[in-house]
Amino acid sequence: MNRAPLLLLYLNVLVIATCGLVYELLAGTLASYLLGDSVTQFSLIIGLYLSAMGAGAWLSRLVPDPRLGRCFIEVELAVALLGGFSAPLLFLAFSRLEVFGVLLYGMVFAIGLLVGLELPLLMRILKGHLDFEDLVSRVLTFDYAGALFASLLFPLLLVPRLGLVRTSLLCGILNAGVGLWGTTLLRPLLTTRGLGGLRGRACLVIGLLAAALIKADSLTSLAEEGAIGHPILHAESTPYQRIVLTKNERGFQLHLNGHLQFNSVDEHRYHEALVHPALSTVRPPQSVLVLGGGDGLAVREILRHRSVKKVTLVDLDPGMTTLADRFPPLEQLSRSALKDPRVTVINDDAFVWISGDDTRFDAVIIDFPDPGTFAIGKLYSTRFYRLLQQRLRPDALVSIQCTSPLVAPRSYWCIVKTLEAVGFHVRPYHAAVPSFGEWGYVLAAMKPVPQRLTLPPELAGELRFLTDGILNSLFELPPDLKRVDADINQLNSQALVRYYDQEWGAWK
Amino acid sequence: MRLNRREMIVAMLGAQALLAGCSASPQLPPAGELFGQSFEIGHRLRDGFRPQPDQSAWREVQVVIVGGGAAGLAAARQLHQAGCADFVVLELEPVAGGTSRSGQCDLSAYPWAAHYVPVPLPHNQPLIALLQELGVVESLADDGSPVIREEFLCREPEERVFFQKEWIEGLYPVTGASPEDLAELAAFRREIDRWAAWRDAAGHRAFAIPTRLCSDDPEVTRLDQLSMAEWLRQQGWTSARLHWVVDYSCRDDYGLPAERTSAWAGLLYFAARLKMPGDEHQPFITWPEGNGHLIAHLAALAGPRLQTGFAVTQIRQAAKPGGGPVEVLGVNPVSLAASGFKARHVIFAAPQFLATRLVEGFSNRTARKVDDFQYGSWFVANLQLRDRPRESGFPLCWDNVIHGSRSLGYVVATHQSGRDHGPTVLTWYYPFCEADIHGIREQLLQATWADLADVVLTDLEAAHPDIRSLTTRLDIFRWGHAMIQPRQGFHTSSQRLAASLPDGRIHFANTDLSGIALFEEAFDHGCRAADEVLAQLSNS
Repeated sequence: MNRAPLLLLYLNVLVIATCGLVYELLAGTLASYLLGDSVTQFSLIIGLYLSAMGAGAWLSRLVPDPRLGRCFIEVELAVALLGGFSAPLLFLAFSRLEVFGVLLYGMVFAIGLLVGLELPLLMRILKGHLDFEDLVSRVLTFDYAGALFASLLFPLLLVPRLGLVRTSLLCGILNAGVGLWGTTLLRPLLTTRGLGGLRGRACLVIGLLAAALIKADSLTSLAEEGAIGHPILHAESTPYQRIVLTKNERGFQLHLNGHLQFNSVDEHRYHEALVHPALSTVRPPQSVLVLGGGDGLAVREILRHRSVKKVTLVDLDPGMTTLADRFPPLEQLSRSALKDPRVTVINDDAFVWISGDDTRFDAVIIDFPDPGTFAIGKLYSTRFYRLLQQRLRPDALVSIQCTSPLVAPRSYWCIVKTLEAVGFHVRPYHAAVPSFGEWGYVLAAMKPVPQRLTLPPELAGELRFLTDGILNSLFELPPDLKRVDADINQLNSQALVRYYDQEWGAWK
Repeated sequence: MRLNRREMIVAMLGAQALLAGCSASPQLPPAGELFGQSFEIGHRLRDGFRPQPDQSAWREVQVVIVGGGAAGLAAARQLHQAGCADFVVLELEPVAGGTSRSGQCDLSAYPWAAHYVPVPLPHNQPLIALLQELGVVESLADDGSPVIREEFLCREPEERVFFQKEWIEGLYPVTGASPEDLAELAAFRREIDRWAAWRDAAGHRAFAIPTRLCSDDPEVTRLDQLSMAEWLRQQGWTSARLHWVVDYSCRDDYGLPAERTSAWAGLLYFAARLKMPGDEHQPFITWPEGNGHLIAHLAALAGPRLQTGFAVTQIRQAAKPGGGPVEVLGVNPVSLAASGFKARHVIFAAPQFLATRLVEGFSNRTARKVDDFQYGSWFVANLQLRDRPRESGFPLCWDNVIHGSRSLGYVVATHQSGRDHGPTVLTWYYPFCEADIHGIREQLLQATWADLADVVLTDLEAAHPDIRSLTTRLDIFRWGHAMIQPRQGFHTSSQRLAASLPDGRIHFANTDLSGIALFEEAFDHGCRAADEVLAQLSNS
């Protein structure tokens, strides 16, 4: 073997070492995102991985000399498959698998084992061409250089630019590439028999990983991952919107069209504040209408009220109202609210539904996404609110989520003014939801809204955010949320969408 | 001569449509039909077909209204409201409406032609009264302006243009506009504002709707001698973007390019819709079926007095004034059974070019000439889509315009329903702006459904590459004499001015008498002609 292939082999060492460390870092990052407690997770993963590498090194002695070349290539292909698919597989498994830990640590051990085999095999391949001192010093130099390379590349370039899934698949392709290249580079060590098959398999592995990389692009775009900033557990495009579920150390998050809808860590604040004021004044509310809110979390809060006999939820997107079926953590979080026998789910555009139905309700909870598009802006218009009035019993209360009055004061007060324009009595209120910031709501009714609200007795001690005292304090607006002038939002002006666009655009 | 596919596309959309990608075997929608006005009976009349009814097939009636479009039905309403119930409305087509016709599919109603009415200014009280009848008006402001109920006003987003491969808001292609472009646009708007504010010595607006109320001051009427494009050049404006917007507007409202539209009509389009200088244009009132909604109301008022499928073949009146009834003869266009009406008055609510064929002695007796009346041909297509096209940029609007296309783009029939997802119906408009209108009309008659459907889809493909796979049905209506063209000099033409005057007991009502095709004009002429008849009936 002359110098050129030797240099190329050192390059192989560099690639192998880089990929090996990347798999370890991926597993550690993923585990701390999904399971939390990053110190424990990183410590566990590093320990497990290193010990698995040791086991691999020990096992390498079982490989007989004539099979060294072939075995090295087989190991590369196995690392490529296992390591390459590790991140996508773990993400997919997380929401579906009870014994996620077993899979995670099992994979970490298996990858470590295979990576542990790589260098001993390679050193034995090279030992005929170099003195022992040279061999050890050169191979280990490239090995440690690769580790440094990986540890810099991973946080600075790979995770921010590619995300965990693509990084994993890309390293898999590199490993498989080393394997395919090996069939040429180590040709003198390989028998002709089965060489074609080996190359074929290497190409197949590269093909599979490349296909997954392309698929990953169609599932979640680079821009989307960058914008959301958390690893994506689940993403789908329904005919109506883009639904993305993400997870970090502290909880999981739902995003619709790139906008955060809730974070499991503090959604109770948002939903308690949305639901209970409207339900604590109508006594006793029996029928409740929910518009939007297809995640079922508002319904979960409504069902705490004993008087409630019937909940009708109207959400445009069946993909949203069935999401809990595909994502068990959401099912748990909503306590299967949408499957409760008291709940009827209707998938229709609320604008169309509300003009076609004539049932009247004791309370209405409006949980539409923020008015960032004309299609949603129409659901905050005088026309919509007039149609809504036809669905209210005389004492009914309506609560409406109205974006942030701190970030978007004109948007917030535009909604308030629009409600007033059609004859609603209103009481604006707010709550602090850390994931969103300072959040705004409005309580509206066809009669003056009661000044003092009292939670029903069955809720005492049940809620995590609201008490009678807190509930009434939500209606005290600090001076920085004071009323500003705004136009009324009508279908033919859509003033709100323009305000929202300007105000949130300036904030970001 | 029948054109092949490429020739058809080049003839209608221009050579650039081929460059945009024209597949060898185009995918056409699985279903669709080609509709049109009843050409056949018209052509038989032209060839002298005048069957005479039997003695038993005559009926006596006080007023016969010839034509069941907006003008005829407006006249019927006016008679009815004045207590005159003894009239008939005779309409050739199987359905009433003329160029305000509409259609219906499972998903939505949709227009076949005119599809909106700008909110009338307070001076147009008769139209405001009609809108009140329809429940469209919520209240009247102090100045008499109608406050329109929100659900009938075109909802935002109203309008977008596909420019440089992207949809942008509004009609003016603002992307990449230079400061000079924008300065000319601002100057143009100031000039329109000036005309919106302009009043003559008697206090008349320069431009008003109905156009009967426009000032006849020479400062205004002399604009009729110029083309709109010439007028822009006289102002020193050369911005291609401004010229495009103005040209689009002329094609949209009049089916004529700016080079052949009277500057009077061109300015009317912009200035008559401004209440005050500096205002936005008056909002649009619209329905899924377009102005078919107004027609349905008017047709319901006429009730059984509206006879559709009745082809008037001849209108005869005695040579000397007061000499007996006017005879209106006609046939059933299918069975060709002849019948006739003897009427004290006739309101001829059809285009003038038909008057020369139907009114006996029209040209000889009155020395009337109508060759200044030129009509444009249009295609309208309704596309039923199983889903919205995939696209980026400014979202789907009510009115969607493709910059650089010879079509006018499309309106979305489901826009007012509030459904922003899923199946929809698009109504695509195409006016023939070629100078050689008669040559084109022959080609129109020869084109098949497949030829025309391919033209429609090729045009839309520029902005919506997936349109062919989304379209489940594509129907086309070809309008042979769809709209009067306000060419240079027509507003001030003596022929036009004389055409509104009655010929003995025959009164005229049609939008072509105003030189522009608008529901408001048709309605105004219908009311005016009915008032003439009512005045004569009360005198006798």
